[in-house]
Amino acid sequence: MEPVLDNLDLFWSGFLRSLGIAVWAFVGSMVLGTVLAVFRVSPVPALRAVGTVYVAVVRNTPLTALLFLFAFGIPALQVNASFYVFGVSGLVVYTAAFVCEAIRSGINAVAPGQAEAARAIGLTFSQTLGQVVLPQAVRSVVPPLGNVQIAMVKNSAVVGAIGVGGELFSVYARLSSAQGYERLPILLGVAAFFLLVTLPAGALLAATEKRLAVAR
Amino acid sequence: MTRSTRTHRRTRTLGLTAAAAASLLLLTACGGGSSDAGDAPEPVESASFEAGTTMAELSQAGAITIGTKFDQPGFGLVGLTDEPEGFDVEVGKGIAAQLGLSEDDITWVEAPSAQREDLITQGSVDMVIATYTINDTRKERITFAGPYYVAGQQIMVGANEDRLTGPDDLRANPDLKICSVNGSTPSENIREYLASPDQLVLFEVYDDCVTAMKNGQVQALTTDNVILTGYVAENEGEFKLVGEQFTEEPYGIGITKGDTAFCEFVNGALQTMSEDGSYEEAWTSTAGEYEGTEVPTLPTADPCV
Repeated sequence: MEPVLDNLDLFWSGFLRSLGIAVWAFVGSMVLGTVLAVFRVSPVPALRAVGTVYVAVVRNTPLTALLFLFAFGIPALQVNASFYVFGVSGLVVYTAAFVCEAIRSGINAVAPGQAEAARAIGLTFSQTLGQVVLPQAVRSVVPPLGNVQIAMVKNSAVVGAIGVGGELFSVYARLSSAQGYERLPILLGVAAFFLLVTLPAGALLAATEKRLAVAR
Repeated sequence: MTRSTRTHRRTRTLGLTAAAAASLLLLTACGGGSSDAGDAPEPVESASFEAGTTMAELSQAGAITIGTKFDQPGFGLVGLTDEPEGFDVEVGKGIAAQLGLSEDDITWVEAPSAQREDLITQGSVDMVIATYTINDTRKERITFAGPYYVAGQQIMVGANEDRLTGPDDLRANPDLKICSVNGSTPSENIREYLASPDQLVLFEVYDDCVTAMKNGQVQALTTDNVILTGYVAENEGEFKLVGEQFTEEPYGIGITKGDTAFCEFVNGALQTMSEDGSYEEAWTSTAGEYEGTEVPTLPTADPCV
């Protein structure tokens, strides 16, 4: 326990850094994932194809490979940014594929009669989706989306490999190998700080689920 | 009660040829292609030690397990031969020889930076020789014999870079980024020279730093001079070293905490190697092959505690 208490400030700054990455990746992946899900159910074949190919390619690429492609591949195209931006973008792009599929499953779960009725009263595609289908879909996707986003928080430990310094996992490397502290307590400390992100996130999810639930 | 009849939706399977051939270019560090390091030290014929000591145990068992780096060019690198090669490895062979053990009696175990203390405290190895900087936190858990070499941290930059001439120029140029490896001692030492923590970029291996340097994402790489000279030699004309060595990294040999007798034996063995020339030969056949390195003299051993 002592090695953790001695370095609480370092753990805390690592926690804030990891939290920042997770918040950006959450917002980004939710937006991109929803857009992709809309693509996948849209009446335009080209958009459907884009969504399908995106999911097939990104979902089946290991996260580490994707991150390295961002960090070292994009600069080869003369586009440069900080490793933090590359790390967050990689995480967004990766997670969005899973978010898209979770949302699509929710859309498919809404009875088709709903969309048919919406169209019958003259609503456009975006009105149908935005005001009739998606609000109902959201209810059933809260648990799977929660899974995806909690997995994302834990995946964020990998971004340390591409030079985004300062996050929780690099704190582990710093304390255990550079400063020679015993590894086990440090590792447990890192796990505990990750719980500090994921447990409240889980509670928030449960609350959201309850709020959105309707008596059937 | 009406039941919504659901028309089967035709799932269109898009013939997907995901030709995502992400070929990961593994830049393996080819450390100068050093082959077998000359003559292996001859095992001492009549090695006898006081009963109960670690030396007696090892010498009687006829076997020793040594932990070393498997990925450090010049010091401990496993190449195509499956056997580690480097200065650390040669030092290990020299010490084993004075226990009456030959090269074949040594079992090499990979000792990555993060695992070195654990390997010793768990008794998985008899000693660790792995570019292992002596420091006080580590001394709380293990005992160091040696040092057998003093490395120094230096900075490597692109051949055309003139803003950086030493660590002190980092603060004046906050837009310059410097790279090192996560969890390494050099990455800790450089922190005091930085204008902000964001100036330091950390990867898992030095090869990624070299890639980032070639991409212009970082402008410098810092670690022990011996590792840098390896990269300068491998990438002819692309990189150069700047400034003086600004730290001292005494490399020690890690053994079980409190085994003073063994520590003194190892120090004596190093002294013998230095006197009979095998220390110098171990250097010239390994890390000393890189240009710009000098043959070191054996540093004075620290007292064994």
